[in-house]
Amino acid sequence: MSATDTQDPNRRDFLYVATGMAAVVGAGAFAWPFIDQMRPDASTLALASVEVDVASLTPGMSLIVKWRGKPVVVRNRTEQEMKDGEAVKLTDLKDPIARNANLPADAPATDANRTTPGKEAWMVMVQVCTHLGCIPLGQEGDFGGWFCPCHGSQYDTAGRIRKGPAPENMAVPVFKFISDTKILIG
Amino acid sequence: MSEGHSTYTPKTGIERWFDARLPLPRLVYDSFIAYPVPRNLNYAWTFGGILAIMLASQIITGIVLAMHYAADTTLAFDSVEKIMRDVNSGWLLRYLHATGASFFFMAVYVHIFRGLYYGSYKAPRELLWILGCIIYLLMMATAFMGYVLPWGQMSFWGATVITGFFSAIPLVGEWIQQLLLGGFAVDNPTLNRFFSLHYLLPFMIAGVVILHIWALHVTGQSNPTGIEVKSKTDTVAFTPYATIKDAFGSIVFLFFFAYFVFYIPNFLMAPDNYIVANPLKTPAHIVPEWYFLPFYAILRAITFNIGPINSKLGGVICMFGAIVMLFLVPWLDTSKVRSAVYRPWYKLFFWLFVADAVLLGWLGSQPAEGSYVFMAQMATLFYFAFFLVALPVLGLIETPRRLPNSITEAVLEKNKGGGGHPAGAAASPETKG
Repeated sequence: MSATDTQDPNRRDFLYVATGMAAVVGAGAFAWPFIDQMRPDASTLALASVEVDVASLTPGMSLIVKWRGKPVVVRNRTEQEMKDGEAVKLTDLKDPIARNANLPADAPATDANRTTPGKEAWMVMVQVCTHLGCIPLGQEGDFGGWFCPCHGSQYDTAGRIRKGPAPENMAVPVFKFISDTKILIG
Repeated sequence: MSEGHSTYTPKTGIERWFDARLPLPRLVYDSFIAYPVPRNLNYAWTFGGILAIMLASQIITGIVLAMHYAADTTLAFDSVEKIMRDVNSGWLLRYLHATGASFFFMAVYVHIFRGLYYGSYKAPRELLWILGCIIYLLMMATAFMGYVLPWGQMSFWGATVITGFFSAIPLVGEWIQQLLLGGFAVDNPTLNRFFSLHYLLPFMIAGVVILHIWALHVTGQSNPTGIEVKSKTDTVAFTPYATIKDAFGSIVFLFFFAYFVFYIPNFLMAPDNYIVANPLKTPAHIVPEWYFLPFYAILRAITFNIGPINSKLGGVICMFGAIVMLFLVPWLDTSKVRSAVYRPWYKLFFWLFVADAVLLGWLGSQPAEGSYVFMAQMATLFYFAFFLVALPVLGLIETPRRLPNSITEAVLEKNKGGGGHPAGAAASPETKG
């Protein structure tokens, strides 16, 4: 029988649809490598961890290391800074979540949760404003923490957003003390 | 006005030979010589030609600059300085290219505002207008990526802030941002891909420009009266009338351009961009190039959460929304009259909008603090109100002035008592229906 006198949908319709679908899937599969090549490459991902010696940091001192192309601040906080950080009520925070990669995603943003147990004096934090990625200045602003000169976001002594357009607390990366004076970030 | 009325007659043998095989001479003749244009076009209409010159200038200077530039974070800044100091005429080529970008935008803003004033976007020219909006978007992407290439402090931090917009998108934002950057921060992969795309996009612009001109030649040009061409007496031939007017307008524009290139080439550039990029130090005051300032002011004006949308996402939505407004203009404007010449209220709001855009630009260059924030919020409110309230409402409530019956009538009315109109203008206006 010829293809024109059968009832709908006929075998030919099925073949058209199947061919079309195969072409779409094939085009998608072929397009993917062109998108995939844009993502961070193996050498970028390989720079995933750095070791920092913090023996020289007395309270009130900070150092900045570059991790994944971004500055990470390690700060040995003063007694006063820790007290200020602990005194803040969770209800006063714009972002009540700890944003600490070492803790569950919903951990509250208490001062202790922004640091690591037993080492509460130490802030280890990606010093990048969560607004649009500028580098805030340390120990400035109304809250004695960080102040971003780009669009005026202000962070407290535990790096939590208190004022301005930034939506989140600055991120605490995965890190651990591998000895009393050495930190492994990433 | 539309195609299919070719008056081209090949005269020589070689012209006939070509015409039978590839009628390119015919296309050129019909598009740029015999093509009829409204006889009342003013100098605002010369900016289309000026833009074509600027695009060509940017492509030519860009191609030769690419012969000396190295897209690598360790070499880029120095290679630009090498162009400035060592390459023969390199300083001229770079200043032409960098200042040229600014003048390209100056011309495109005049071109866009001309379209808004004379209602050039109205039926049947909606697609023509939208193609123009697409060109404008491509220009912004090209300019942004080009600004990153010298790898100065503003290059780096501008790229950081602008790619940061994408991190505001819920759920997939961070993935998209890393896709754009090719890493976790702006770095060598970012510079490489921006160079590649900066080289590609101008040719895409050229492609859309061809569609833009094609669409223009289907509908014909609008004109200051906004009345469609009705008879042959309403038009003059493209050559010599429009050609000479465009040439004169271009020369005046290029004088202005040359003054900047030769006397104040750094006037429109940020001094911070002569400091090599440093990923660990943000400049005290990040400012984009002047042509992005109004949008930057809108971005920063949203300092408050809007329901479930946080201030960051809200700012990004408003900034992109400000550009989306342009795409919607043909359908937001409800007036049946095109030109602001016959719309007293629209004319007022148009000039208020121009003032508002300039104000937003100035606010974008100021630090985001104190009364500037409030002013930016008010100016942003007016920006959106112009499109979403003034355009639809004015068309319904405004009483337009009396329209002339034809372009010829409008021209003769204006020229009453003083001759000086082109040949063929003698037809009496009463014959128009």
